[in-house]
Amino acid sequence: MGSTERGYLSDREAEAFAELFSAQRAGFGGEGLGRRALLGGGALLGAGLMATPLAARAADQPAAEITVDQARTAPIPIVIPSFGAGVGDQITGVLTDDLSNTGLFKVILGSTGTGTPDFGPYKAMGARAAVTGAVTGAGSLRVEFRLWDVLTSQQIQGTAYTTSAANWRRIAHIIGDVIYQRMLGEKGYFDTRIGFVSRSGGSRNPRMRLAIMDQDGANYRVLSSGQTKLPAFNPVRDQIAFLSYATATPRVYVFDLSTGRQRILTEFNGVPLGPHFSPDGGTVIVPVARGSGSELVAVELGSGAKRQLTNSGGAINVSPSFSPDGSQIVFNSDRGGSPALYVMSASGGAARRISYGNGSYGDSVWSPRGDLIAFTRISGGQFSLGVMNPDGTGERIMTQGYTVESPTFCPNGRVLAFCRRTGGASSRDTIGTIDITGFHERVIPTPEGGSSPTWSPLNV
Amino acid sequence: MRLKFIGALGVAALLAACSNDQANTGAATGAGAAVQPSGPVPGSEADLVANVGDRVFFDLNQNSLSADAKATLDKQADWLAKYPQVSVQIAGNCDDRGTEEYNLALGQRRANAARDYLTAKGTAGARLSTISYGKDRPTATGDGEDAWAQNRNAITAVQ
Repeated sequence: MGSTERGYLSDREAEAFAELFSAQRAGFGGEGLGRRALLGGGALLGAGLMATPLAARAADQPAAEITVDQARTAPIPIVIPSFGAGVGDQITGVLTDDLSNTGLFKVILGSTGTGTPDFGPYKAMGARAAVTGAVTGAGSLRVEFRLWDVLTSQQIQGTAYTTSAANWRRIAHIIGDVIYQRMLGEKGYFDTRIGFVSRSGGSRNPRMRLAIMDQDGANYRVLSSGQTKLPAFNPVRDQIAFLSYATATPRVYVFDLSTGRQRILTEFNGVPLGPHFSPDGGTVIVPVARGSGSELVAVELGSGAKRQLTNSGGAINVSPSFSPDGSQIVFNSDRGGSPALYVMSASGGAARRISYGNGSYGDSVWSPRGDLIAFTRISGGQFSLGVMNPDGTGERIMTQGYTVESPTFCPNGRVLAFCRRTGGASSRDTIGTIDITGFHERVIPTPEGGSSPTWSPLNV
Repeated sequence: MRLKFIGALGVAALLAACSNDQANTGAATGAGAAVQPSGPVPGSEADLVANVGDRVFFDLNQNSLSADAKATLDKQADWLAKYPQVSVQIAGNCDDRGTEEYNLALGQRRANAARDYLTAKGTAGARLSTISYGKDRPTATGDGEDAWAQNRNAITAVQ
C-alpha cells in the first residue's frame, strides 16, 4: 500500500486553479489586479507547483472560436517550439503528443522559443496559433508559456509555472489543457489519470492489482497488491472505490489516494459487485448479487445509509451510471431476457428499455456531457463498443474486436478509454483510447496487461 | 489464423476428452468400489475430482441445470453425505462472451444454482460457500465455442 509520492491538487487548490481559468476566460488582462487579488499573487497547484500570470506583450485576446466539431474535420494548425534543451524538449514532446493524439490539432514544430514570434512565416504556412516557451532552473523549474493568435498577432495567454523538476510532465499536461480550452472553448483532459486493473501471470488465473497511471501511460504505479476488480474513480475527490477479492469474501473498498488508506465501504446482505459513483461523489451504487439476480443498492458514502433501487425478482442488474445532473440512471439488466440497457429515475422504480439491437448489451456509461451513453454490445461472438443517445436512438459503433469493453469517459466526454482483449491462447488485455466519433484509436502502453479503466476527473 | 483456430480446437478437444475420461473413471470406480491405497485420499479434493466430478456446465447466459449437471450434483451430494466433516466452496465461472460485471453476477447465479440444488438434496447450507470469478478464471484459453463451453461452469472445491 504505497502512499502518494506525487502531489496532486487538493479540492481547494483545484478550485483556485479553476478560478484562474474562469477569471482569464472572463476577460481579465494579463496582469489584472482582480486576478492577483483573487489568487493572492499566484495559484498554488500542490506539491510546490505554482502558476503565475505573465505580463502580456499586448492585451490578452479572447481565443478564436473554433468548435471541437470544426476541429475534427479541420485540425487546428499550431506551432509548438522547443522549450529548450533537456527538460524543455521533454515538455515539448509531451505537449505535442497530447495535442496531436486528440486529432483536433495539427502540430507544426517551430524554432522560436521565447520572445514575440515572427508571425509572417507562420501565417504563410497556415498556422492558426503559436506557442512560445522556455524552461529555466534545474531542481526547481520555472516554465514560461505563451499562446499566440497568429491571425491577429496577439497573445492569447501567458503563464509561468514554478515547480520541482519531478513535476515536469504535469506542467506539459497543464499547458496542453490551457491550449485546448483557449482554442476550443472546452476544458481539456490531459492533466488526468486512469485507474485500472494491472494484469499479470497469464489468462488462466491472472494476478489483478489496482494500479494508476497518467492518461498517456506515464507514472504507472501499483496501489494495492490484493486481487482487484472493477475500480471506479470518484468524480470529485482523489479517491478510487473497487471490488476486492483479497479475502474469501468479496468486498467494496474505498481507497484514498492522498493518504494511501483504504476502508470497507459497508457490508451487504449478499455479494457486492463493482462500485459506481454519483456525479457529486457522495453516493456509490453497488449491484448486490443474491439468489439468481443482483439488485442495485445506493450507499451514501458519508453515513453508509443504504437504499435498494431495483426489485426485479431474480434478474441481474449491473453497470449503473448516473446522468450528469444526477436525476437518472442507465443500467444493464436481463429482466427482459437477454442483457439490455434500461433507464430509470435515480430514486429507482420503473425502468424503460433503450437498447433494441440484436445480441446483448452491457457496460452502460453516461457521458459527463449528458449527450451520449456508451456501451458494449455482444453479437455473433464479437464485441463492439458504441454510443447511443440517452433515449436509445442514434446507435453508432466505434470499434469492434474479440473483446472491447469497460468504456470510461474522459472528464469532457470527448474520448473513451476501454479494454481490448485479443483472445486465444496468448490473449492479452490492453487499455486503449478512442474519440467518440470512432477515430484516433490508440493503445496506452502499460508494463503489464490492463483492464477495467476508470478515468479520473480533471486536476484532482 | 485458420491454423491457430484448429490448434485451439485441438486443445479444447483434448481437455474435453480428459474430463470425459474423468467422468467415466468416476462412473466405473465410484459406487462402492474400494479406493486403492495409491489412489486419492477419501474425502479429499483429489477424490472429489477423480471419483465424483467437481464441475457442472451451463449453456450460454444460462444458469439452468441440465440432466448431466444434476447427475453430477447428485453424486456430489452423496459424497458430501459420506464425508460430513468436509466443507466446499462452489465457484461460478463464465466464458468471456459477456461483460466483466454482468459475468460476475452470472457466475454468482450459477454458483447459487449449484448450491441450492445441493441443499435441496440435504447438504447443510453451512458446509457450502459460493464465489463468482466471472470470466477471470477460464479452464480453457481458446477463443471458440469449445473453450467457452468448458468455461461456463460451477466448480466445487474442498475447503
